[in-house]
Amino acid sequence: MTDFYSLLPALFLGLGGMILLLGGVLAKGSNTTPAVTFGAVLLLIIAAVLSLLAPDALLFGGLLKTSLFTRYADTLVYLGAIAALILSLDYNKREQISRFEYPILVLFAVLGMTVMISAADMMSLYIGFELQSLALYICAALARDSVRSTEAGLKYFVLGALASGLLLYGISLVYGFAGTTNFAALAGIFQQGAGSGAIAGVVFVLVGLAFKISAAPFHMWAPDVYEGAPSSVTALFATAPKAAAMALLLSVMAGPFGHLTGQWEILIQILAVLSMVIGGLAAIGQSNIKRLFAYSSIGHMGYALMGLVTGTVAGIQASLVYIAIYVVMSFGAFACVIAMRRNGQAVEQIGDLAGLAAEHPGFAFAFAVLMWSMAGIPPLAGFFAKLYVFYTAFNAGYETLAIIAIVTSVISAFYYLRVIKVMYFDKGQPQFDKTSAGAGFVMAVSAFAVMFFVVIPGPLMTAAGAAAKALMG
Amino acid sequence: MNQLGFPILSLITYLPLLGAFIVATLSGNDEKVACKARNVSLIFSLIVLALGVFLWTQFNPAIAGYQFVEVMPWLSGVNIEYRMGVDGISLFLIMLTLLLTPVAIIASHGIKTRARSFFAAMLLLETMTVGMFAATDFVLFYVFFEAVLLPMYLIIGVWGGEKRVYAAVKFFLFTLAGSLFMLLAVVWIWRNLGTTNMAVMTHARIPAQAQTWLFLAFLAAFGVKAAVWPLHTWLPDAYGEAPVPGTIMLAAVLSKMGAYGFLRFAIPMLPQASASFEPLMFVLGVVAVIYISYVALAQTDMKRMIAYSSVAHMGVIIIGLFTFTVEGVEGALFQMLSHGLVIAGLFICAGVITSRGETLTLRNLGSLAVNMPVFAAALLFFTLANMGLPGTSGFIGEILVIVGALKVNFWVSLLGGAGMVLGVTYSLVLVRAVLFEKYARPKLMELKDLTGREYAMLLPLAVLVMWLGVYPSSFTHAFDAPVAALVQAHTAALNSHTAIAMVTAQ
Repeated sequence: MTDFYSLLPALFLGLGGMILLLGGVLAKGSNTTPAVTFGAVLLLIIAAVLSLLAPDALLFGGLLKTSLFTRYADTLVYLGAIAALILSLDYNKREQISRFEYPILVLFAVLGMTVMISAADMMSLYIGFELQSLALYICAALARDSVRSTEAGLKYFVLGALASGLLLYGISLVYGFAGTTNFAALAGIFQQGAGSGAIAGVVFVLVGLAFKISAAPFHMWAPDVYEGAPSSVTALFATAPKAAAMALLLSVMAGPFGHLTGQWEILIQILAVLSMVIGGLAAIGQSNIKRLFAYSSIGHMGYALMGLVTGTVAGIQASLVYIAIYVVMSFGAFACVIAMRRNGQAVEQIGDLAGLAAEHPGFAFAFAVLMWSMAGIPPLAGFFAKLYVFYTAFNAGYETLAIIAIVTSVISAFYYLRVIKVMYFDKGQPQFDKTSAGAGFVMAVSAFAVMFFVVIPGPLMTAAGAAAKALMG
Repeated sequence: MNQLGFPILSLITYLPLLGAFIVATLSGNDEKVACKARNVSLIFSLIVLALGVFLWTQFNPAIAGYQFVEVMPWLSGVNIEYRMGVDGISLFLIMLTLLLTPVAIIASHGIKTRARSFFAAMLLLETMTVGMFAATDFVLFYVFFEAVLLPMYLIIGVWGGEKRVYAAVKFFLFTLAGSLFMLLAVVWIWRNLGTTNMAVMTHARIPAQAQTWLFLAFLAAFGVKAAVWPLHTWLPDAYGEAPVPGTIMLAAVLSKMGAYGFLRFAIPMLPQASASFEPLMFVLGVVAVIYISYVALAQTDMKRMIAYSSVAHMGVIIIGLFTFTVEGVEGALFQMLSHGLVIAGLFICAGVITSRGETLTLRNLGSLAVNMPVFAAALLFFTLANMGLPGTSGFIGEILVIVGALKVNFWVSLLGGAGMVLGVTYSLVLVRAVLFEKYARPKLMELKDLTGREYAMLLPLAVLVMWLGVYPSSFTHAFDAPVAALVQAHTAALNSHTAIAMVTAQ
């Protein structure tokens, strides 16, 4: 019975998704998108509650494992997906890409993510990974009449397939050399170290996952896909899958490959440094706000990876805190992007924001708070996220890494500051359309969370600490 | 909980924040909102000023440590607490902030556009500044120290002069880059000392090697904030471009944050490094005093001239701090207060001219003494105080610093003291150009003398400048105890290290 309760959220999502699909198909004539979206949000909320209540369990003979860690990561995924669905409701209607399939695809993607987060075996990992990827490829090409969107979908598909291929190749190598795909068994085998063949497998797995979190140098797809996909879909890409892939990376690196820290640590360091540097430098020249956020998210992944480098409970905890805050900031920032519409058209240039503070002070303030938070200026949440990773990196003796991170965060402050500068200092009349209730709500929630994190930082810290302990054992 | 039974420091810190929320939610047409916002923010700033005065009356000057201490759990899991407290050093800096915020708000009469945001930003600035002076946990201090940037960035960039965007971005990036070095220092201390409680940190013994690096990090952070030459280049732009109330807060309060940081962290925590960097700091201070005085002399704009004079005075403060004598440190502290009041008075005088529609280019001004006699008297008074005329607060600060420096090094004392003479030159140039030279334009004849609002700003400042100048001990007695403790600890730390060094050498 315990197993059943642990499985319940996934069952709920899968069955619910199919029922919604059936409903959408049967009620063909009328516009069912709003109803299906609400249904999907409701399902996600219920699944989130169920997953929080679910007990720890090892399911299907060791294929899946739920723990505090998976619950923590699942919650972030649900949060991101719910925010993205709320944002999509109005945006997709205005862009005339309102299809009832979209929320259902999101549901299946979320199902894939939860499977991959709780994977305790390479096979279940791959199944979850592919389920979410396939659903997301379709989402990227949602605006099928738009060249940019289809291009984004195709690019995402081709590069994503490459990543999946690398991941699968890596898994096969690991299996070949270790003789098992089970995480616990692998951890036992690698306790005595690993041969170069198995290490090659680990590297391939790492590369496949680095693709998904768009860590440099495997980030090339991100700016184009972010820019090309409809903004509501980009909002999803920047949150839920990032959190899921990052959680998976943490659980794989700390779990089955936990004893090979000496081998992969340097790789993670390289990924982290490159991501921070590229995310910081390449964003400076961007004029499209979605591309800017693509680079900014590459940079954020670099900071989040810093926690993993240390390979300690405190480090994993810092990474988990970072991802949680990143997810909240990201959906807020994309709510702002989605609210950028003039005469019924979405506008995406940073220059379009000129004069926003005079016209929509609330909108501009929320946007500014989120930008400052991403830049890591106290007292906003982004600062504490950075502080924790700096602290743990420093604590574990990675001073150089911490110094590089600090330098890149000054560099990246420059472009976040530019967005604020354009909104507050430049003269202009954005004349944006009225912000939809959904976008306004998401924006407000995110800005408030970011502002008031400083008052009660405890709960998130404690939760992340418990999750990290559950992962590391 | 503290001796009063209620968290007075938090109250003083966060009441303006509440005010900022109320101001931000006001509604009505532009004219009305501007008026309402000004009144609400004035009321809030006066309430906290009253609380501050109450705090002062309850303050016990005999205690060297922190008073009115508040402790609450904050960042659980990493062992960082929310700690507030004041001692004689921070008490008057808090009072200075509390006094100058209402003055700056009265000086914001000309702000009509986006008034809600402006007054909310001013109140936010007050919260952050007071919080910074009252914080006694290093991480909390850092949070407030950095957060000051946010409202100030907007105040300069939105309501500033012609080159406001350049000035705002320069200000932000300079200070951010500086303070991130301090973040490294924070993290280092956090790891190696295991605590960020400032009362504990100051007595920790840090290895001499690490002290050097930490000192350089602090120098980057506090040096930029205090505009120590050559890290001052953001200052003339920021002061020149910010609107008058913003300039008042920047020059009178925010520039003290840097000097306060040196006094709070660099000197007590890093005695060896402070001692070995003493010559460098003296050189920087002397260069600021002499070179910047000449630069001030060359300015053609009233606001920029005052801005440079402010950098020169910061040089005197730095010299005073690094003498490590009771006279020098007290003089520096006194000079911080005095400079805050005087520079605010001078910038208000500049604001008087701009509010009458004139520019501050010295060439376009002249003969204002003829039909603005009271204004002329005020400007002359603050200028004289600025150059340290006996009887005004400026004199006490400078003489103490000179005496302190004399105990350490004759030349530093002489060259630092030269600032008083050089101050006379640019001050007199300023007074002559603004008040006495013959009419540049007939329109200057029609300007009206001070209004009631301007009296309300200038009178309290003038009274305080006289008070500090005539009866300084009503202020110095509060910082006698902490400064004596600081100097004593510094000497003891140095001597013990020499003793150990001698033992190991043998």
